[in-house]
Amino acid sequence: MSDAFHAVQAILAIPLAASAALALIPDYRLSARLNVAASSATFATACALFGLDGFARPYLLIDDLNVVFVVLNTFVAFTTSVFSASYIGHEVENGRVTPGHLRFYHAMYQFLSFAMNLALTANNIGLMWASLEMATLTTVAMVGIYQTREALEAAWKYFILGSVGIALALFGTILVFIAARPVMGEGFDGMIWTLLMRRSAEFDPALLDLAFVFLLLGYGAKVGLVPLHAWLPDAHAEGPTPISAVLSGLLLNVALYCVLRFKLLIDANARAIAPGPLLATLGLLSLVFAAFMLYRRRDVKRLFAFSSIEHMGIIVFAFGMGGPLANFAGLLHMVMHSLTKSAIFFTVGHIAQVKGSQRIADIRGLTVSQPWLGWTLVAGVFAIAGLPPTGVFTSEFLVVSSTFARSPALALILVFGLLVAFGALLLRLQGMAFGEPGGPEKRSTASSAPIVAHLALVLLAGIYPPPPLVAWFQHVAAMLR
Amino acid sequence: MNGLDFDVSHMLAGALVLFGFMLLYQTRLYALINVYAAQAIVLSLAVAWQAYVQDKPHLYATAAIAFAFKAALIPYALHRAIVRLGVAREVETVVGVGPTMLAGLACVALAIVVMLRIATETDALAREDLAFALSVILLGLLMMVVRRSQVSLVIGFMSLENGLILAAAGAKGMPLVVEFAVAFSVVVALVVIWVFLFRLRDRFGALDAQALDAFQGERR
Repeated sequence: MSDAFHAVQAILAIPLAASAALALIPDYRLSARLNVAASSATFATACALFGLDGFARPYLLIDDLNVVFVVLNTFVAFTTSVFSASYIGHEVENGRVTPGHLRFYHAMYQFLSFAMNLALTANNIGLMWASLEMATLTTVAMVGIYQTREALEAAWKYFILGSVGIALALFGTILVFIAARPVMGEGFDGMIWTLLMRRSAEFDPALLDLAFVFLLLGYGAKVGLVPLHAWLPDAHAEGPTPISAVLSGLLLNVALYCVLRFKLLIDANARAIAPGPLLATLGLLSLVFAAFMLYRRRDVKRLFAFSSIEHMGIIVFAFGMGGPLANFAGLLHMVMHSLTKSAIFFTVGHIAQVKGSQRIADIRGLTVSQPWLGWTLVAGVFAIAGLPPTGVFTSEFLVVSSTFARSPALALILVFGLLVAFGALLLRLQGMAFGEPGGPEKRSTASSAPIVAHLALVLLAGIYPPPPLVAWFQHVAAMLR
Repeated sequence: MNGLDFDVSHMLAGALVLFGFMLLYQTRLYALINVYAAQAIVLSLAVAWQAYVQDKPHLYATAAIAFAFKAALIPYALHRAIVRLGVAREVETVVGVGPTMLAGLACVALAIVVMLRIATETDALAREDLAFALSVILLGLLMMVVRRSQVSLVIGFMSLENGLILAAAGAKGMPLVVEFAVAFSVVVALVVIWVFLFRLRDRFGALDAQALDAFQGERR
């Protein structure tokens, strides 16, 4: 019985209990505070995992790979809950939601946290599938919470595409079991990831190939890979901003984690297809497609949603290339993207409240009229565009340089996509941040702590990444092969 | 496994594919729902037969869920929804019936070619069950693509899910099949509740997925 097991139990139990409690509390101010408290407790427990040994049990698993995901996930869930507490009160004042909706919202927030943590710590591939399904359904409900025509349409689209993704992923999971059955025998052993890993080399390679195609399509739809990305911009733009931050910063990572687990499984079988080139192709396609799509955006949240597709493309590409350096860069980029993108969504949420609109055309001259929000937006966009000295620059530089060493042609496409996206972001930023301010504005009561914390971490990672963290990432990168 | 066991599972799985095809050419919503209900009944028989053949009592639970939920409750709810919402009874198609059937044939051929080639190491029943299951899944996906009305979109998804349950039941010794069936029933129930509760008609004017085309996010 290890301590880490108790910690994981706590990481799952705290959000679940909080979710039940929040469903009973009618006062939204109190429940927002409880939401923050529960999220911070979960994060603190997750941090303890760093010092503890991993374990593998039939249902739960902790190894060096998923500790990174769990800690990142609980951290962003915590800061988002802080942001949400300052943001959501305004939505009640604006009349966009009722306190009743918020009761549902807070309960769902913690339930989502529970489902994501379960997906990240699951050792049983069936449990992993079921918890990702729970997480998706929870976010569908939250995307539709404003109940406007657009929000319902966005939620419906997300619902249908997400359900098809879920179905395909389940078929892939069944195929993995069938491929493993002659070796593992019947029963639960054939669904436990650590046991499957040990004997993956003996599985039927053709069935594993087919399984991976379905798993990649199913979970890839959740990562937002082109051409399965259609739900992503709508869901980001029409839901409450804290949910946009959670979708971009967390749920995409959880889906990516599922893809990585199966990539490891297929990689361990030498006769099966090499998953790397498939991932690299989809990643590069997403990057270039999303980079061009950035130019035509008129809605600010949609702009950054496409930027998320672009960055997930870079991350998937890096993991697809493989090797210690590219995997390291992929991991780092994933962390940097989560932190930066959620900081940007926090800022954009406050801007949209101040301006009463999400249209880029309505947002002008922010650095003059709202210096704090304006300059934060500038800092966030500079970071996400990959300018030095931020951590995103470091990770993108590592992706590009490791690719140049191995296949210059792909690196050229990669750099091209990055530059196109860079241009689009600066073009849009210029209009929003500089120039003459216009339009009516409300007073801003933004809570700046989460934004500052995220951007400071991104800056720190760019200037002086903490050596223990680098060592940890290098270790995980070697494990990912 | 003796000859009779094999033949009966074969026949039931084949019937599932047949109903998958029948879904493709229905032009009336009521008929569509009835064919779906018939497919769900065949699914529950197929799963119950697997329970008997494999001697796995928990599969009877999966069969019972399939019957009660998908063959009875959902079709009933959809019938009510159609009456309540006053949806047009005809199904508008995006692609004509002829090309759709041809595409369906191509889907089944693809499933059989892929599965029979690939799953050489598994036994004959599992292999052919998988081929049938993949056919049903692809037919369900096709149905979601060629139909416009949201009710038929939902039915396409549910028939896709029938194929998944068939695959899970046919995978000998697979654990958690009951749980998967329950999990999917939750998804399906939510989809149907969605159609009910939000009365998409009120907001879009019709239960028509084409209405979504007007909404491409930024053209407001």
